[in-house]
Amino acid sequence: MKAPSAWLLALLLVAPAAHAATGGGPPPPTPTSGFTNPKEDARYHALLKNLRCLVCQNESLQDSQAGLAQDLRREVREQMRAGKSNPDIVKYLVSRYGDFVLYRPPLMGTTYLLWFGPFLVLIAGIVALFVLLRRRTRRPDPDPLPAPERRRLAALLREREEGSKR
Amino acid sequence: MIPEIGHFALVLALCLALVQAVLPLLGAWRGVPEWIAVARPAARAQSLFVLLAFLCLTYAFLTNDFSVAYVAENSNTALPWFYRIGAVWGAHSGSLLLWVSILSVWTLAVTFGSRSLPEDIAARVLGVMGLVSIGFLLFMLMTSDPFTRLFPAPLNGRDLNPLLQDPGLVMHPPMLYMGYVGFAVPFAFAIAALLDGHLDAAWARWSRPWTTAAWLFLTLGITLGSWWSYSVLGWGGWWFWDPVENASFMPWLVGTALIHSLAVTDKRGAFKTWTVLLAIFAFSLSLLGTFLVRSGVLVSVHAFATDPRRGIFILIFLALVVGLSLLLYAWRAPAVKGGGNFHVLSRETLLLVNNVLLVSAAFAVLLGTLYPLILEGMAVGKISVGPPYFDTVFIPLTLPLVFLAALGSLVRWKRQPFRALIGYVWLPLVFCTAAGMLFSFWYLGRVHALLVVSVIAAFWVMLLSARDIWWRVRRNLAGGTRWYRVPRHVLGMALAHFGIGVFVLGVALAGTGSLEKDVNMHPGDAVQLAGYTYRFDGVTETRGPTYTATQARVTVSRDGQVLATLYPQKRIYIVQNMPITKAGIRPGLLHDFYVSMGEPTSDGGWAMRLYFKPMVRWIWLGPLFMALGGLLAAGDRRYRLAVVRQTQPKERAAVRPATQPLPASPGGS
Amino acid sequence: MVRYLVPLGVFAMLVALLAVGLRHDPRKIPSPLIGKPAPEFSLPALTDPARRITRADLLGKVTLFNVWASWCVSCRDEAKVLDGLAKSRVVPIYGLNYKDRRAAALEWLKVFGDPYVANAFDREGQVAINWGVYGVPETFVVDAKGIIRYKQIGPITPQVLKDTILPLVRRLQQEARRR
Repeated sequence: MKAPSAWLLALLLVAPAAHAATGGGPPPPTPTSGFTNPKEDARYHALLKNLRCLVCQNESLQDSQAGLAQDLRREVREQMRAGKSNPDIVKYLVSRYGDFVLYRPPLMGTTYLLWFGPFLVLIAGIVALFVLLRRRTRRPDPDPLPAPERRRLAALLREREEGSKR
Repeated sequence: MIPEIGHFALVLALCLALVQAVLPLLGAWRGVPEWIAVARPAARAQSLFVLLAFLCLTYAFLTNDFSVAYVAENSNTALPWFYRIGAVWGAHSGSLLLWVSILSVWTLAVTFGSRSLPEDIAARVLGVMGLVSIGFLLFMLMTSDPFTRLFPAPLNGRDLNPLLQDPGLVMHPPMLYMGYVGFAVPFAFAIAALLDGHLDAAWARWSRPWTTAAWLFLTLGITLGSWWSYSVLGWGGWWFWDPVENASFMPWLVGTALIHSLAVTDKRGAFKTWTVLLAIFAFSLSLLGTFLVRSGVLVSVHAFATDPRRGIFILIFLALVVGLSLLLYAWRAPAVKGGGNFHVLSRETLLLVNNVLLVSAAFAVLLGTLYPLILEGMAVGKISVGPPYFDTVFIPLTLPLVFLAALGSLVRWKRQPFRALIGYVWLPLVFCTAAGMLFSFWYLGRVHALLVVSVIAAFWVMLLSARDIWWRVRRNLAGGTRWYRVPRHVLGMALAHFGIGVFVLGVALAGTGSLEKDVNMHPGDAVQLAGYTYRFDGVTETRGPTYTATQARVTVSRDGQVLATLYPQKRIYIVQNMPITKAGIRPGLLHDFYVSMGEPTSDGGWAMRLYFKPMVRWIWLGPLFMALGGLLAAGDRRYRLAVVRQTQPKERAAVRPATQPLPASPGGS
Repeated sequence: MVRYLVPLGVFAMLVALLAVGLRHDPRKIPSPLIGKPAPEFSLPALTDPARRITRADLLGKVTLFNVWASWCVSCRDEAKVLDGLAKSRVVPIYGLNYKDRRAAALEWLKVFGDPYVANAFDREGQVAINWGVYGVPETFVVDAKGIIRYKQIGPITPQVLKDTILPLVRRLQQEARRR
């Protein structure tokens, strides 16, 4: 871990310095979102990442180049500029396009199974495991050779004896 | 002429597959040695004809035979030869032929690798594989024959899907299918054992190397796919929880569970019915994956052009194969008796917990993938299930696995004294916890809970896996054996578990430490990111064999020293008039510089997406370690010896000790 | 025995589900606006930039609100069906010309026929977003009170017109008359 740590240290030392340096030189390029406030810009991209481009195969609004995705991005930007909160914007899009636009399915009657199903399976598995463990630990150790195998062993030994007699 | 030979070879292969399936299975049932003896020659002949068909299609691609409809739709004279080979499996019919060809490769391997098995078992295994071949050959001949002619033949072809014109994608499907289809072998072993009615530890031992081999290919295939999506899609991500990705990931999760469950069945004769069920599941999920990709029921980035007839065919086939297997299971499993006892704290218990977690994780992926379909089917709305869902549900189910993996080699079979275990782990645990916390604080400047837990888990599993091997070496040195004589399966396991750590570290650090900026840049503009200067030098027009491109040049420097020059492109593939972004990437073991081009902006600049991605290579390095571990384990002499010993099958009951001798120290096999 | 049948049962359910899933087109997204009031809008008319078309134009009668564009290929097939419908004078058709150039759209109407009572010109596609449009053509059936009752995604074929849209329009017209 020597090399990464050296690099990380360098990164940590340089990052604030670099930040300060941007103040001096030529004006930095503008964000494509048009939000010069880095917090707004970050909020915008984070919001887009969790929204689905409706006409694409399976892409977020953040990644898609489709015409509708560009229009929807503009819509999101305009609503942000109008001072709407994230939940407001999401609510608007859902009222127009349905829950399909959300990559994170809302928790509702029809999605309880989706959200809790895996954990129910996990709990069921652990319960089954517990029952099995109780059975396995209480039971006396079985015969080192299970009965059918012992029968086969006996048959085998007989066979071999007969073979050697021949 | 050649395409007709290919078509005819497929028809012959179908006939031979019928022979391969019917006679040996009947022979093994009725005890007719002559019918049993048909299995190998029929399987080999069937495989060779399928491979001949595959060669014929490859030949048609290499010679630009556009009178073959499939070639005309997926190739072009301008396409370089290696992409023409990749184009063989670039669309539906051809990738189906690849599927069947790879099944042939596995079938051939089984005919050679099974020579030491009892004849009736080998005949059943090959018979079951023959049944699978029948299904897929019928599917191909009835709905998607790749050799259909086109008249009149066009002068040039419509070119390969531009997304697939990438070196990673040439190798991705063969690797992935080697894994998918490879699970047909443990499946065939499981069905053979159920038909035989004799499910024992020997069955598990025979299945183990095959399962591990299939798993390692699947690991490589998924890794290649992830690497491809990182470098081609231009979004800087490495996994999108896309239905098609999930389709390959589910068999991997269940296959991983199967590898661990087989170990218990092999060593301790326990969980036989569970193991057999997992073998059926792993292959069923491979078939389900094929269905999901082919039928068009799901919307995905990778879905092939679809045809409802194909969907119905695969669904019927899936229902038959899996339905009959599960019916057979329900009939045979109740008679199977469990194996030896074990204590609450024992390797058996840990492996069971591993299985519960892996299966729950696989279920989460299955549920997330199919849930939109469920709701739509019941007409109660349409939803999307995307990365936020999977990240939330999947991580709590899998992170505990990482902690468990480290204990795998420490805990003994049957019963592990608790105090001894604590003695082995307390020091590493304290060390990793401290190191993880410090690391997180150092990395992000604050304590990020998920990062801390992930880093602790990664350090923990890497450290303990390495220590396990070190202990072995030390013991060898002390005992006078040559120091490097560590059993290959032990080395393989340690390496694979070490790989998990590498992977988790990559995911956690890349996930939390990545920086990105979406900016409108003009030539000469520079942007600071993570202490580096990304300067946009301008764009040039360039062209490749099948595309024209606008190429940007971005130089990355620090303190005036140029560290990388990146050339992201926006390509237009000429024939299909399709735009594709190709990211400019400078890979590095510690960090990648990554730039992708967006659209030109209204004021004459370019929308550029700049990334700084620390440790992202580790995400693929980890799975490479896992696959290498799988390779070592699958090639262990132990399995070959075991198989040779089975030449006198009747002796196995006498030879197999009911309980393994306890290892002399922790880290026993 | 029974517990060993559980996997089979679960699998049977899965297959049934997939069979149902095969019959659905995954690209169709049902509109949440059905049963809701049509969104407000005010846009210049396609033929006359000075005139405004608003939601109020749709009120008082059952209408079809058809989203189309001159660059949309499948709109051409639909044009024939809509022309026939306009000639039968069963229901007035309003158009939303989506992300188009005015000249191209007017030219298109000359070539493929003009079944519309009036066309709203949505240059930036903003009104379309407000209506939850995600592709062209799409057609809304709006009742006399301005409630969206049905949305056709993709072109109206003679089949869809006969089996779905006309019966619905007649029912809605009767509803409006009874009141």
